[in-house]
Amino acid sequence: MATTTARPSPTAPTTGPAATRRGRPARHKAEGTAGYVFLSPWLLGLLTITAVPMLMSLYLSFTNYDVLSDWESMEWVGLDNYRTMFTEDPSFWHAVQTTLTFALVATPLKLAAALGVAVLLNRSFTGAGLFRGLFYLPSLLGGSVALAIVWVSMFNRDGAVNSFLGWFGIEGKAWVNDPDYALGTLILLAVWQFGAPMVIFLAGLKQVPVELYEAAEVDGAGPVRKFLSITLPMLSPVIFFNLVLETINGFQGFTSAFVLSNGTGGPVDSTLMYTLHLYIKGWNEYQMGYASAMAWVFLLAIGLVTAVVFRTGRFWVHYSDGED
Amino acid sequence: MTLRRLARPITLVLLTAVVLYPLVWMFGSSFKAQSEVLNNMSIFPDEWTPANYTAGWTNFDVSFGRFFVNSALVAGLTVVANCVSCLLAAYAFARLKFRLRGFWFAIMIGTLLLPGHVLIVPQFVMFKTFGWVGGDWPYAPLIVPQLLATEAFFVFLMVQFMRGVPRELDEAATIDGCTPYGVFRHVILPLSRPALVSTAIFSFIWTWNDFFRQLVYLSDLEKYTAPVALTLFIDSSGQSSWGPMFAMSVLSLAPVFLFFVAFQRMLVEGINTSGLKG
Repeated sequence: MATTTARPSPTAPTTGPAATRRGRPARHKAEGTAGYVFLSPWLLGLLTITAVPMLMSLYLSFTNYDVLSDWESMEWVGLDNYRTMFTEDPSFWHAVQTTLTFALVATPLKLAAALGVAVLLNRSFTGAGLFRGLFYLPSLLGGSVALAIVWVSMFNRDGAVNSFLGWFGIEGKAWVNDPDYALGTLILLAVWQFGAPMVIFLAGLKQVPVELYEAAEVDGAGPVRKFLSITLPMLSPVIFFNLVLETINGFQGFTSAFVLSNGTGGPVDSTLMYTLHLYIKGWNEYQMGYASAMAWVFLLAIGLVTAVVFRTGRFWVHYSDGED
Repeated sequence: MTLRRLARPITLVLLTAVVLYPLVWMFGSSFKAQSEVLNNMSIFPDEWTPANYTAGWTNFDVSFGRFFVNSALVAGLTVVANCVSCLLAAYAFARLKFRLRGFWFAIMIGTLLLPGHVLIVPQFVMFKTFGWVGGDWPYAPLIVPQLLATEAFFVFLMVQFMRGVPRELDEAATIDGCTPYGVFRHVILPLSRPALVSTAIFSFIWTWNDFFRQLVYLSDLEKYTAPVALTLFIDSSGQSSWGPMFAMSVLSLAPVFLFFVAFQRMLVEGINTSGLKG
């Protein structure tokens, strides 16, 4: 930025002192105005689509607003929604538990798979690009309703998974109808989409200096030692980035749980993701005030989790440029 | 030695089989007869039949084609809206100097991490108050936010891209008498094509796959998009509807798959550069 403003000055004397005095501030002013002109759609969006709704939802969370009746019948109920949520709504706690289990199990598994495959692919050989593309494909399609449908049908009592298990004489279950296993199938679906973090890991692996590995080999390090002492620490910023991203994504899982349970969160609340509970409260039971309160708790929870991840990151993330 | 050399390709091939099986099986099963759709784990039908496709297409009072048209409409408009609005905002952030720029930029990064579900309730209430929910054209709540550059990810992606465009070009244009608008029109816009293309492709795919917002805002069968319509199959779920449901699922994945085939390298690299350089 500094160079832009400094550059015209050598030529300034030829256009006269008056032009210098007037010209430079004038251009700054024009640029300042232009900045806001270009930014105006975004600013308007920030105000109307983000800021105002956020405040509105904070307000609604203290009311019993239900969308159906008009605004006049809305009542201020103080902290009632929050109190109900924490003390009188067992489904809320089921939702919290389901979401935590999902995020805390699926995220590490997915990242481990992504890292493992990335290490396998981080070598130039014929077809490396093809494999990379194929493994990425589920990430591209996997969030869709269509794939959730296929997934659920595969784990159905009569589904392909049980046919496969039958080969080995194992009697399958109706995985998706069993409260002990239903969430597990959704976790597998999430892990299956390891391609997106894998691609990011691959890019990170390319940045690790080859000399490090060469030096380690000279010192007699085997592949495991090289992975633990070079790859992992060098890759830690990328692992951190993926961890933050995938954790936040994990907390927001909705589509697969909706499809598996036909929008109910069943069997026995076992797939009742937090967002699904919020949807049921807001759009099936028209408790918009309650849903708003849930949204705010959700926001604070995600903020807290992200802060914890960032906090712990200090202990294990190494930046090779020395900026800690 | 040979065994060690073979370990990697064998692992990769097995892994590919596991990863691709659900997709290939889904495709094969969509051509199976009703009796074998679910439990035949072979990817090949015993007998190929297009019956599921015709049944799925006409399963509801409204033809499934209508849902695809609706989906395409929403996705297409979102693409245009995102490209235009995010490019404008990105130019301001990346190239122009104005008061509070750092502050607004920090806010933009903050909204990047803001979960969409937090805002959906009040946005819904707001759009309903405007009378935009339901009605003859219920897509406004799905499009208008994109027109206002609320998809911070794409703003960020384009800012990162523009930082790679040499500043000397702007300066040269400025010396030649270009205003900031001229620089945008003659320098940044033509040079931002790669960023626009990835924004377009990712907006399309994400919107095409999006479910939550479409579920919330669309209540009239005729206005349903493909993902919302697909869930109707589950509602009526007798064993009998698995086949048609598979067939329509395959069709709904087809556009994304075609994009993947056409732009594979760009998609893979696109997510990279956008993600990492932050």
